[in-house]
Amino acid sequence: MTYIRKPKFRHPQLKTNDLGFTHRDYEGALTTLCAGCGHDSISAAIIQAATEMSLPPHRVAKLSGIGCSSKIPAYFLSKSHGFNSVHGRMPSVATGANLANKELAYLGVSGDGDSASIGLGQFCHIVRRRINMLYIVANNGTYGLTKGQLSATSDIGSRTKSGEESLYNNIDLAALAIEMGASFVARSFSGDKSQLVPLIQAGLSHKGFAFIDVISPCVTFNNTDLSTHGYKNTWENYEALSSIDYVPMREEITTSYSTGEDKEITLHDGSVIHLHKTSKNYEPNDKENALHHINEYKKQGKIATGLLYINQDISDLHELLDTVDKPFNSLATQDLCPGAETLKTINDTFR
Amino acid sequence: MPEIVATSKVIPIPRTNDFVVKFANVNGSGSASANNMFAKAVFRMGIPVSPHNIFPSNIQGLPTWYEVRISESGYLGRRDGVDLMVAMNEQTIKSDIKSVLPGGYVLYDNSKTLAADLIRDDVNYLGVPLKDICLREFERPAQRQLFKNIVYVGAIAAFLKIDFKILTDLVGDQFRGKEKLVPPNIHALELGHQYATENYQCPLHIQLKRCRKTNKKILIDGNTATALGCVYGGATVAAWYPLTPSTSVVDNFNKYCKRLRIDPGSGKKKYAIVQAEDELSAIGITLGAGWNGARAFTATSGPGISLMQEFLGLAYFSEVPLVIFNIQRAGPSTGMPTRTQQSDILCCAYASHGDTKQVLLFPSTPGECFEFAASSFDIADRLQTPVIMMSDLELGMNEQLCDSLHWDDKHRYDRGKVLTQEQLESIENFGRYNDVDGDGICYRTYPGTHPSKGSYFTRGSSHDPFAAYTEDGDVYAEVMKRIARKFETALKYLPKPEVRRQSKESKNQTGLIYYGTTTGAIQEALDNLARKGLYFDTLRIRSFPFHKAVRNFIQKHETVYVIEQNRDAQMKSLLKIECSATDKQLKSILNFNGMLITARHIESEIIASLPSIPESTDSKKKQA
Ligand SMILES: Cc1ncc(C[n+]2csc(CCOP(=O)(O)OP(=O)(O)O)c2C)c(N)n1
Ligand code: SF4
Ligand SMILES: [Mg+2]
Repeated sequence: MTYIRKPKFRHPQLKTNDLGFTHRDYEGALTTLCAGCGHDSISAAIIQAATEMSLPPHRVAKLSGIGCSSKIPAYFLSKSHGFNSVHGRMPSVATGANLANKELAYLGVSGDGDSASIGLGQFCHIVRRRINMLYIVANNGTYGLTKGQLSATSDIGSRTKSGEESLYNNIDLAALAIEMGASFVARSFSGDKSQLVPLIQAGLSHKGFAFIDVISPCVTFNNTDLSTHGYKNTWENYEALSSIDYVPMREEITTSYSTGEDKEITLHDGSVIHLHKTSKNYEPNDKENALHHINEYKKQGKIATGLLYINQDISDLHELLDTVDKPFNSLATQDLCPGAETLKTINDTFR
Repeated sequence: MPEIVATSKVIPIPRTNDFVVKFANVNGSGSASANNMFAKAVFRMGIPVSPHNIFPSNIQGLPTWYEVRISESGYLGRRDGVDLMVAMNEQTIKSDIKSVLPGGYVLYDNSKTLAADLIRDDVNYLGVPLKDICLREFERPAQRQLFKNIVYVGAIAAFLKIDFKILTDLVGDQFRGKEKLVPPNIHALELGHQYATENYQCPLHIQLKRCRKTNKKILIDGNTATALGCVYGGATVAAWYPLTPSTSVVDNFNKYCKRLRIDPGSGKKKYAIVQAEDELSAIGITLGAGWNGARAFTATSGPGISLMQEFLGLAYFSEVPLVIFNIQRAGPSTGMPTRTQQSDILCCAYASHGDTKQVLLFPSTPGECFEFAASSFDIADRLQTPVIMMSDLELGMNEQLCDSLHWDDKHRYDRGKVLTQEQLESIENFGRYNDVDGDGICYRTYPGTHPSKGSYFTRGSSHDPFAAYTEDGDVYAEVMKRIARKFETALKYLPKPEVRRQSKESKNQTGLIYYGTTTGAIQEALDNLARKGLYFDTLRIRSFPFHKAVRNFIQKHETVYVIEQNRDAQMKSLLKIECSATDKQLKSILNFNGMLITARHIESEIIASLPSIPESTDSKKKQA
């Protein structure tokens, strides 16, 4: 991979957002992934989501582990600080980063190998700790970067391009995230931008741990008819429990409705999601209901997608730990050091 | 009068303020605070004292010892042999009595007769019916058990002549806020005291006498001092996974933060402590916080250090400041988890795969634990790299006499080369790994500082001066060389070694190098060797990479003994690698049985190798 800078030419007709930024301001370096890789579509969706919701790019920190998927933070939001850490350990780095400055938006990108195998422990624990961030797994059911080994999300019985069959039960990260206490859980498909973009926007606006499991086919190693993570199987079998529209805080809300099939959810930052249920019995605030749907769909060979679960009444780690409002990284000597006089009294307790 | 079990054939030599008292207890029997009260009483009498916990990896039931060295000369290392054994553990009483020096004393519970095979004819037995006294005086079974410990402290006060007022004050201090507990504790002390004075000739031949050697000193353990150093040094994030003997660093950080780090206006916390799922996560959190501009640390020991290796490489190569407290214990693997060693030197000095080097600090007293812990955050920020403070179980978990902790209010945290929004404004071409000053240290930015300038991509893969990925081998090599340069700049910020020439007139050919908890035994060994006419120059290592003075010291002496507490002479190896020293120049004195090295051990090793020591002029003079 080489770092190719894009020409800084701005087309006069590029639309600007509320911050005066165009789409271009949210892009990153040119991708080095294989042509057709699902991960590139996720980058594109992130760029679109961030542009449309007028996210100040420098107030975002992007973090990832190791893998093709973990490379993508280099391909979007070049005005944001990025951290490509070590394999499977992004959750801990994101936890520390978040503790240091509660004011930034944190966007984590990981792969199924990164989060469901080597980093499964860290994944579970960051969910439990309720870090305020959006965590995306680009899930291709394989280890792309090490050339196509099966991963822990590969469905039992599915095969990679080399013909290797998955013998073991798969891990469903969305279901696991719900179990572990994530307050926003969705599943989507890199091929369906209209579903993915509002989910990313809602996930970034959500206060607490938001997780999106994005099926993101690896065209080079795991896109055969026998793979459950390839384009064909996903197109044929993914079914949304709901569809959402995301309305940023600044836009005037014209209609307000909450009929049987439709719901309006106001997020903590004031933005609103309009949720349209496509499955009749689906209840987005009910954990058991979400898990039930995931399992029922799976039994029928289908993949449940869309917003699976949301709970807005949960505090994030900073609230749990009751930290001060000012970011830790802005506290100076006078804020933190108790001083010599106090030390004298402390010394006295050791006499 | 209690039944006299034996009268010692050996007449004890009277000794004041110079002996060893050892308590043998059962883990979990509540003896710890009573024993501690004894040590503190000695301290308050102005007499230098150093208590050592010798405890099992167990919560209840196994044997535990508390060994208290009392030395008016200020020798704080361990000394073999016991002068007064407080034998409270039936499982170990046989070997405990065996360890008493001829002429010494055994304090035991004579509510039950002592078995015949426990009776030696060269020690004195002090029976106190602890069980009977407590059965008579206290009602609840828990009290009866607990107060036995206090009763023997009361008896010891009579035997050794401790001011009783000091003990009652200590009880008052201990139970401040729980005043109801004061009278029964004082009553228990009195019971012991009374029994001893009524039945024995008090004080004994060994006894205490007030002196003024602990003025301006404190008695504190290294982990508490380390935690205070973190509070004073401005740490806001602590991430950890419980591991003996490091746990009390974070426990104490928590304790002091609750008092000292609450925002008065809002009542909210200016710190966060995360008990992570393992040490990989603990260092990951520390690194993430460091990257984002908070001062962060983790505390661990050998097994945790092993797990942290991959992240240490990332922090080294991506240049992220963080602090690790390694409270070393006896390895390898689980090793002897409750015994001390200095055996992680090499695995920390070059932690992680590839070409790496880590900054190490070697404190030798709780005072230095405080000082180094506080300054480690400045050092890490200046150098943009991990700093590992190499404490150990001995230092971390035992109270030790040291100077009062000191803080200079003029000191401002040095956050190193961090660009502000205004500075970024005037910079044309920011390169995160661009060495503009030529000292190997580049400028960094915190995320979110400037709307359009200063963002960069942090990675553990090879990168160019502008943080972009590169596979150009020459560019990679330049970055690697530049990072190596940073470790030369490091010397400016690291504590210098402590060099002492023992005798002014002589040109000593022989030197001693030591570090950390070996220090306690050094002065005693030097004094004893000097009495034999043997003089040495000494150098105490306080940090790695080594200052030039270390290399010079080795070169100026024909022979240098490197004294350390591990099997493989790890510091000696490091000196050979880093100071081009040879096996001809460097000799090892090693101790790795998990117990703190003694002066006696050092002396005898040196004397055993004497033929190779060229005689100094001094020793000739003395012998003449
Ligand atoms: C400690 C460690 N072990 C192994 C690897 C090799 N490795 C790199 S990426 C990867 C798997 C990546 O799979 P995934 O997270 O699914 O990402 P993808 O490439 O499929 O997007 C492995 C095993 C590594 N980088 N680090
Ligand atoms: S190997 Fe697979 S996952 Fe990696 S870039 Fe190519 S298509 Fe994408
Ligand atoms: Mg994958």
